[in-house]
Amino acid sequence: MESFDIIIIGGGPAGLAAAVAAKEEGCNSILIIERDKELGGILNQCIHNGFGLHTFREELTGPEYAERYIERVKELNIEYKLNTMVIDINSKKQVTAMNKTEGHFTIQAKAIVLAMGCRERARGALGIPGYRPAGIYSAGTAQRLVNIEGLMPGKEVVILGSGDIGLIMARRMTLEGATVKLVAELMPYSGGLKRNIVQCLDDYQIPLRLSQGTEEYFSCDTLLLSVGLIPENELSQGLGINIEKITSGPIVNDQLETSEEGIFACGNVLHVHDLVDFVSEEASLAGRNAARYVIVSAEMRESLAKINLIELISGKGVRYTVPKYINPIKMDEVVTVRFRVDKVYREGSIRVTFDNNEVWKRRKKIMAPGEMEEVKIKRQDVMSESKLQNITIEIIE
Amino acid sequence: METKELICIGCPLGCMMNVAIEKGQVIKISGNSCQKGEQYAKKEVINPTRIITSTVIVKNGELPMVSVKTSEDIPKDKIKDCMKELKGIIVEAPICIGDIIVRNVLGTNVNVIATKNVRGQN
Ligand SMILES: Cc1cc2nc3c(=O)[nH]c(=O)nc-3n(C[C@H](O)[C@H](O)[C@H](O)COP(=O)(O)OP(=O)(O)OC[C@H]3O[C@@H](n4cnc5c(N)ncnc54)[C@H](O)[C@@H]3O)c2cc1C
Ligand code: SF4
Repeated sequence: MESFDIIIIGGGPAGLAAAVAAKEEGCNSILIIERDKELGGILNQCIHNGFGLHTFREELTGPEYAERYIERVKELNIEYKLNTMVIDINSKKQVTAMNKTEGHFTIQAKAIVLAMGCRERARGALGIPGYRPAGIYSAGTAQRLVNIEGLMPGKEVVILGSGDIGLIMARRMTLEGATVKLVAELMPYSGGLKRNIVQCLDDYQIPLRLSQGTEEYFSCDTLLLSVGLIPENELSQGLGINIEKITSGPIVNDQLETSEEGIFACGNVLHVHDLVDFVSEEASLAGRNAARYVIVSAEMRESLAKINLIELISGKGVRYTVPKYINPIKMDEVVTVRFRVDKVYREGSIRVTFDNNEVWKRRKKIMAPGEMEEVKIKRQDVMSESKLQNITIEIIE
Repeated sequence: METKELICIGCPLGCMMNVAIEKGQVIKISGNSCQKGEQYAKKEVINPTRIITSTVIVKNGELPMVSVKTSEDIPKDKIKDCMKELKGIIVEAPICIGDIIVRNVLGTNVNVIATKNVRGQN
């Protein structure tokens, strides 16, 4: 059986950044498997600008951002297979995939990085009835049709849900000559970024209606749904990896390692991100740790596995945290914990408590469910607290 | 005197600002919580600009479309005309990121450039 030290499933921004970091950490046997005909993942259809402000200090479009990492992957001679779909991963870290030229094949890995991204919540999840009704698309599908295939799904459009992809598509369809009559949102606030509301809706006088409970009739030939994303975790579930209910992504420790040792996760398959910059950052960490995992001896791994993990508890106002556990011996100097709040908080504070001692507190002018928050946990602080069991993160109003 | 309402996009707070304008000059800004809001309001009221992104058709390429952008901001009121300019354009593969698709679009001194590599069909 062919074998690699690290197999990365998915060639989007997460998979690419993980591969680059693993290689830079000294691993020379890496394979990326991507089911699409090109690398870059969802970024290929995100032709608007606004990517990479954190990473490159400039505003790139999606394809340009992807290309920076694709170039790096090529420079580093990292192997990849396109048009290849992974259909199974077993607990011996054997990956089964298929493509047109090689058919069905299985390869062995020492470590695996899951980077399959997410898919959009579909019509079924909203209870819209019918078998493939014409004219109803997810916003991402419409984005792909318009931006990659050059096809317009319709002329009179209503968008349900105010997530960023829906807002971006409202502008895109308008620029291509369609009339976008309305963006309707069930919640009292938009799930999208302010910038997108101003530049995608207000610029073109497209109305946004928030939860109103009123009824009104709008004729249209196209309905776009922008009602959320779900991590693509069929493969992870097949493996029996523990999944966090709130995120629908794997539960991970500070190394971004799942409940299955040597299997790491990053990017949208782990939890849905709004900014690709954070995806790249997180994925680099997963790639680096996968490379370290491959190098460390089995005995060392076993002794490290015996250490009691510290659990991160999502306190009041915090929906989930990534990671969920910290290994106090293995942890980096600083561990970034990312989380989302459950509603809009004005002038609230984030508080971090070690068992029962408050160690950190910071006021924030505003926190909203649409913006990922983070706190940094320092190794030095963790080490100075012996027998630390829980770290609680909560929001104080 | 004329007043305009604006939402600042500088940060997630999204302050609602009121801008008073007289003879094309901003004379008063209220509602912003910081300096960034003021700068944004001035720019947005006097000279709003945007980067435009779109796609154009590719001939003989491995993909049917190539994504493009204006290399810099152009005035907001030129967005429609810029889209019209792009409408009929067909380019021939191969295309590289940064290739100029339209030079000096609408006399703005800004070029429309490719944002994706599209190889030729083989
Ligand atoms: C429609 C959409 C629009 C977005 N717009 C923006 C935006 O405007 N700005 C922004 O900052 N962020 C945006 N995001 C978020 C950002 O693009 C994502 O955070 C980022 O692309 C996530 O990277 P990823 O690598 O985790 O996932 P993806 O980019 O989704 O990549 C996952 C890759 O894995 C592959 N894959 C999945 N399953 C398999 C399998 N079984 N076998 C082989 N390959 C597989 C997929 O084909 C895909 O290429 C958007 C996301 C979506 C879904
Ligand atoms: S004015 Fe300042 S605080 Fe208010 S939204 Fe703009 S940048 Fe944020």
